[in-house]
Amino acid sequence: MMENQIFELQYAIDTFYFLVCGALVMWMAAGFSLLESGLVRSKNTVEILTKNIALYAVACIMYLATGYALMYGGGWFLQGIEAFDLGTVLADSAENGFDGDSVYSPASDFFFQVVFVATAMSIVSGAVAERMKLWSFLVFAMVLTGFIYPLEGSWTWGGNDVFGMFNLGDLGFSDFAGSGIVHLAGASAALAGVLLLGARKGKYGKDGKSIAIPGANLPLATLGTFILWMGWFGFNGGSVLKLADAANAHSVAMVFLNTNAAAAAGLVGALLTARALFGKADLTMALNGALAGLVAITAEPSTPTALQASFFGLIAGIIVVFAIIGLDRLKIDDPVGAISVHGVIGLFGLLLVPVTNTGSSFSGQLIGAATIFGWVFVTSLVVWFVLKLTMGIRVSEEEEYEGLDIGECGIEAYPEFTSST
Amino acid sequence: MQLVTAIIKPFKLDDVRDALAQAGVNGITVTEVKGYGRQKGHTELYRGAEYIVDFLPKIKVETAVSDELVERVVDAIVQAAATGKIGDGKVFVHKLEEVVRIRTGETGEEAI
Repeated sequence: MMENQIFELQYAIDTFYFLVCGALVMWMAAGFSLLESGLVRSKNTVEILTKNIALYAVACIMYLATGYALMYGGGWFLQGIEAFDLGTVLADSAENGFDGDSVYSPASDFFFQVVFVATAMSIVSGAVAERMKLWSFLVFAMVLTGFIYPLEGSWTWGGNDVFGMFNLGDLGFSDFAGSGIVHLAGASAALAGVLLLGARKGKYGKDGKSIAIPGANLPLATLGTFILWMGWFGFNGGSVLKLADAANAHSVAMVFLNTNAAAAAGLVGALLTARALFGKADLTMALNGALAGLVAITAEPSTPTALQASFFGLIAGIIVVFAIIGLDRLKIDDPVGAISVHGVIGLFGLLLVPVTNTGSSFSGQLIGAATIFGWVFVTSLVVWFVLKLTMGIRVSEEEEYEGLDIGECGIEAYPEFTSST
Repeated sequence: MQLVTAIIKPFKLDDVRDALAQAGVNGITVTEVKGYGRQKGHTELYRGAEYIVDFLPKIKVETAVSDELVERVVDAIVQAAATGKIGDGKVFVHKLEEVVRIRTGETGEEAI
């Protein structure tokens, strides 16, 4: 009797923990919205905000309709998720034991998973900002969140074989909270889009020189980064999947500690690197550095020591500055640095896992990264290409100059200010 | 001497500047202006309600040129600024009485 009550309480705590962490990750959508609207020009503010909040809604609907079923099985439209049977809960809890795998409401699991899908899609919107058509972007969002991401997720967190050929888990692939599964995947889709879309007009001069296009609102970009940093505690902390026993509670606390340490070190790494390269403190690089630290630690935040986590974050913050400059040299125009932060550092994070987690292998991490990148990049390229041929993916030169706010949304973000475009 | 004043779409400024340089123009003055032509601005919808944009943003380009250059310059502007759509703008050509270069005091075509 007493034991059953403890199991019920454990179910309640772990379900609650999932929901709170999910709400934190949902908040990351707000962080991406602010970061991206801060790093674009003011004439594209309304459009980037519309994209961000609409993609969140599209991701929620598509993952509910098809995504979750593709990734973890179960019915389309979450059929059956509403059923509750106390007997099954108690039997599962007894079987797993107090210290074993957590038993929680499947509805809380869906909620926690769906916000990850939205995060992957948010990464894309920043990279294609200031020139992509709103509606083509949202059609792409439907395909990515309803099909491309869920299949890739089914091979990793879902545990399924990759088209029946091989199993990433058996090869030693491990991605705790999604440096690869979420971040590298989002960046791969973004890269495919940017390659077909081309650079913003005026980004590269006739001699090929890169020309700076400064963001309109750095307070927004900074607040967005703070919100992402905060939301990441849910992203990584929730991925422990259990809170309600001493060992797991400690593990959650270590994940919070390491996530924060990596972000802090990443910010300092990028700040110092930018100071050394450019001579002054570069705020937007520092913001990217914090995010790089976060992405790097996401693949394995539970096994490193605090010192290791700080070191990993520091290296990520240094790499990301060079990655941003390198992509710019290649004329891959990414207004917010999303491909560097989430793609390059996502890969780096995956490769760090075997350093502290003996259950994974470098070869497994490389095969996993190649699988994620190959699948998401190629399918995305096909979808973007079909959209390019049918709806078109790029706005007209005139609309791009005048701003997507008027062209796509018919309103400016700050209609009472006089503007100079 | 003639003063050529062109009202163009803002996104065409770079093209017009390049075309003028090609045509042999040495200097231009650019002003951000607002105005309307035969279409009288246009309307947008905000929360379903109409609002009227009376004055559309345009760019005014002014340049002083010699009489023999004027036709080439006007052609260059028209070609570079045309999109074929409403709102492409206009070119005005006025007679110029005198030009003075302030630094040296030169006058006339010398000063252009």
